[in-house]
Amino acid sequence: MLESPKELSFEATRMALDSAGLELKDIQSVVSGSAPDAFDGVHMKGEYLLDGMGGIGKPNQRVYVGGGTGVFTPIGGWWNVASGMYDTCLCVAEEKMSPLHPHPQYAFWSIFDQILERPLGTTLLWIFSLEMRRYMHKYGITEEEIASVAVKNKGNAVDHPCAQLGAKITVDDVMNSEPICWPVKRLDVSPPSDGAAAVVLASEKVAKKLTDQPVWLDGVGWTLDTTHWTNRDLAYPEYVEKAAWMAYKMARIKKPRKEIDIAEVYDPFDYKELHHMEGLQLAGKGEAPKMAVDGVTQRDGDLPVCPSGGLLGVGNPIAAAGMMKICEVFWQLRGEAGKRQVKKDARTGLAQAWGDLMQVGTVAVMRS
Amino acid sequence: MKEGKYLDVVYKFEPKYSWAAGVAISRFLAELKEGRIIARKCMNCERILVPPRMYCERCFRPTDEWVQIKDTGTINTYSISHVGTDARRLKIPILVAVVDLDGATLGMGILHNLGEVEPSKIKVGMRVRGVWKSSSERQGAITDIRYFKPIGEE
Repeated sequence: MLESPKELSFEATRMALDSAGLELKDIQSVVSGSAPDAFDGVHMKGEYLLDGMGGIGKPNQRVYVGGGTGVFTPIGGWWNVASGMYDTCLCVAEEKMSPLHPHPQYAFWSIFDQILERPLGTTLLWIFSLEMRRYMHKYGITEEEIASVAVKNKGNAVDHPCAQLGAKITVDDVMNSEPICWPVKRLDVSPPSDGAAAVVLASEKVAKKLTDQPVWLDGVGWTLDTTHWTNRDLAYPEYVEKAAWMAYKMARIKKPRKEIDIAEVYDPFDYKELHHMEGLQLAGKGEAPKMAVDGVTQRDGDLPVCPSGGLLGVGNPIAAAGMMKICEVFWQLRGEAGKRQVKKDARTGLAQAWGDLMQVGTVAVMRS
Repeated sequence: MKEGKYLDVVYKFEPKYSWAAGVAISRFLAELKEGRIIARKCMNCERILVPPRMYCERCFRPTDEWVQIKDTGTINTYSISHVGTDARRLKIPILVAVVDLDGATLGMGILHNLGEVEPSKIKVGMRVRGVWKSSSERQGAITDIRYFKPIGEE
């Protein structure tokens, strides 16, 4: 029995309220996040999901920047609270990809230019496979190095109670999995998923009353690039760099590689984690693969990346996947991640998401 | 679902759109029909833009002139697609590439298909040329170029 989109939203929202020790009456505004309406075949999904998200009769906004939506949702919440408008804001992200057949990827048929690109037989995977190939070419990166990220994240996900594809696999397993859109193979890519995740944001004065262990949203950043994606340097996500510096500046971070303790980097594909680490200034250009292979990004490494198991392991319910990363950083910074808890003493964490026609970067810096 | 325990609502949505190609792309398509590729130049940043646009998104000013560019170029990146638009498995893979066209500013690529090449022989940096439909077959569409093929010992 699968839950409906509203039921999924309710479960996550209720958990977030319980975690904060709050009831719906204590919530002043609601920000909802969900990606394409085409997955569900339901028009105005924000309005449809409203009652499951606790939004009835409250100021509600739906934010939407494709795959970047999950981290953009708490950024929307930050506007609500940091502006002084509200003291409490519920941020809920939901995605249900399973309704669409033959495959949810079909929902993206309209992402490509209708006159110049769609007549060529486009499928969403092209933007990833073309970007991955360019990234490999520019820095001489191998498919095996990239596969090590899938091995790490699916392995980490074994310890996540919501994981869809947690497994102990090897680089050979990834290399031998069927090519879907070479160089992308079956195990390089995250699955279609259903899910929901939620957090409560509160102003400083309210947060201090609610808990003696608050996690602060200290920096937020977001930028978009043009849809002329074939005119872009595909080896480097400049829009992620811009979003990251916006968030770092706000959080007074000058040397991200030294100051960020853990990072939930967006990983719908294994190469994407590496590509984004470079955009986020957590690795030099072309240097992230070596960090992955050397174990730097493992849970017991110097810079744990995707200790949750990421999209590759936990799953990729688009908007909910980004919010899942915010939740993971929250648990890690409070020392509540259980078996997933990183070895180092994590005080500053980062969550990032990416999306649309490879053009969106959304970044949040959190501190305990 | 494997047990057949779901209500299957088949929902057919077959809208027809008549999209406005716009000033720049309408001219681009008309030139394709004539067997030519055309770009727009911004005199401020001096970029030659393809696909052409009537404004430069960086300088945020109108672009200045039409420039004919070549139907030859270099593979910026490529992929071998075993799935189609709805993610169903294809019997024959589609070869796809971003091709940086000669005459446009470096890095101004377009998306197109590759043909007359073994998938295993494709390389980033490979030189390619557009293979056009005959003038009677061309209709002012991106598919007036059938695909790009490697420039061999011609």
